[in-house]
Amino acid sequence: MTQDTRSNFAYLDEQTKRMIRRALLKAMAIPGYQVPFASREMPMPYGWGTGGVQVSAACLTPDDTLKVIDQGADDTTNAVSIRKFFETTAGVATTERTAAASIIQTRHRIPEEPLKAGQILVYQVPIPEPLRFLEPRETETRKMHALQDYGLMHVKLYEDIARHGNIATSYAYPVKVQGRYVMDPSPIPKFDNPKLRMAAIQLFGAGREQRIYAIPPFSDVVSLDFDDHPFEPSKANHACTLCGAEHTYLDEVIVDDAGGRMFVCSDTDYCATRQAAGTASPQTAPSQPHEAQP
Amino acid sequence: MTPLFSVRDLRKTYGGRIGCTDVSFDLYPGEVMGIVGESGSGKSTLLNCLAGHLAPDAGQVMYDTRHNGMVDTLRMAEPERRMLGRTDWAFVHQNARDGLRMSVSAGGNVGERLMAVGARHYGQIRAAATDWLERVEIDAGRIDDRPSAFSGGMQQRLQIARNLVTGPRLVFMDEPTGGLDVSVQARLLDLLRGLVRDMGLSAIIVTHDLAVVRLLADRLMVMKGGHVVESGLTDQVLDDPQHGYTQLLVSSVLQA
Repeated sequence: MTQDTRSNFAYLDEQTKRMIRRALLKAMAIPGYQVPFASREMPMPYGWGTGGVQVSAACLTPDDTLKVIDQGADDTTNAVSIRKFFETTAGVATTERTAAASIIQTRHRIPEEPLKAGQILVYQVPIPEPLRFLEPRETETRKMHALQDYGLMHVKLYEDIARHGNIATSYAYPVKVQGRYVMDPSPIPKFDNPKLRMAAIQLFGAGREQRIYAIPPFSDVVSLDFDDHPFEPSKANHACTLCGAEHTYLDEVIVDDAGGRMFVCSDTDYCATRQAAGTASPQTAPSQPHEAQP
Repeated sequence: MTPLFSVRDLRKTYGGRIGCTDVSFDLYPGEVMGIVGESGSGKSTLLNCLAGHLAPDAGQVMYDTRHNGMVDTLRMAEPERRMLGRTDWAFVHQNARDGLRMSVSAGGNVGERLMAVGARHYGQIRAAATDWLERVEIDAGRIDDRPSAFSGGMQQRLQIARNLVTGPRLVFMDEPTGGLDVSVQARLLDLLRGLVRDMGLSAIIVTHDLAVVRLLADRLMVMKGGHVVESGLTDQVLDDPQHGYTQLLVSSVLQA
């Protein structure tokens, strides 16, 4: 792939990338802390991943291999357009294989295949402030973070249980990082929360809200809960129709107008790899044990 | 006997204007003090300074903490003061809306202070909330209703439950009965009097309603123009007012 020479490498100018890298270093030094940064206008609308794109642009080198996923899939509009954007502006190699990528930009999912040291996972974040819908004032939420005043977060979970009988929050489930900052893990399903402790670097970029935060490798990430209502990662109680996997996060797909539906892995690369390896067909597939949760 | 709360030479100015000045008093455990005065006399400014919501310009606000004895709350670190504000202290606002989270259920409102100080057992939090709703005469069946579905009197009682759930020793009240009709006022006063007696609470009540202080307060401070013009036992001040302004205030009460 060759780079379009009309823009600087990876679109952003070097001073901007330097500013973002400074914010990234600070974010890595204070796990879970939201670092303000001077988010730039990107040639795509807010909500399309401008924060993640800027973080990826600041991390990319010409030798990197990029993978972009949207809701686990490599072939959706958002993923395709961002991948094309970096193919054009940076000329970097791209891949759909999780293991082959050095930088993975993601929206709403963590890949099923465990990530390794040396890989970077970049999240697109719509609303970085976990306390936002409980406390609208930014001055107050910053103070609450500074003073570790997080009782309010449990009020939200209390309301869930009071209304639904269990903690009904199923995505963007709040976590506490390294016993200090409460953090919004972006709208990933709570099924993915146990994977937040991993070998790869995790970076979070919110373009419109102008915040960057990070989880360094093997940081402690604890999902908030009550003693008598412990955190439970949940998924649809089915096996993947295409590859038979029983331990993956599933999408429900409506297949006709007569109520027909099927469940398939949301991680398209993982599902395709399993099908190619011949583990396909739910009838013949051996039942996979659930991954041990750390 | 040592005072629970001791204020010395407190002053707060807004630029050139005086909010309140030269305020000194001691409050002993189990004592209820009323602060009365007309609008703009500095009573709310004083209360907010005492409760740590406003930073006074000068003076001391000493509080007898459970662990460290007498401490100047104005020199406390912010986390400590916040902790004090939600464990040992309570603040009842005039408008229940200011003191409640209107989008959170009654149970969540009562439980918030418990969760803020570390309660992490849903069943226990809910049991405490149920217990407190009953103590302030709210039907336990309404625990999952939002305060917006409550009447004004119920909202005020809910606010009181939310404040007292952590077993505070000192309660600040800013016009707790303002804006309620007289029968609801009477019921609320009755409830407050019972709670203050049962829990041995100390309280500072700001009001312009002399009937409220007559009923609740042991002692009275009369304010005018930011100064304390008269103080003493409630009955003494109300039955034999010495200062001209207090005489005016007492004689202005309408007889029903």
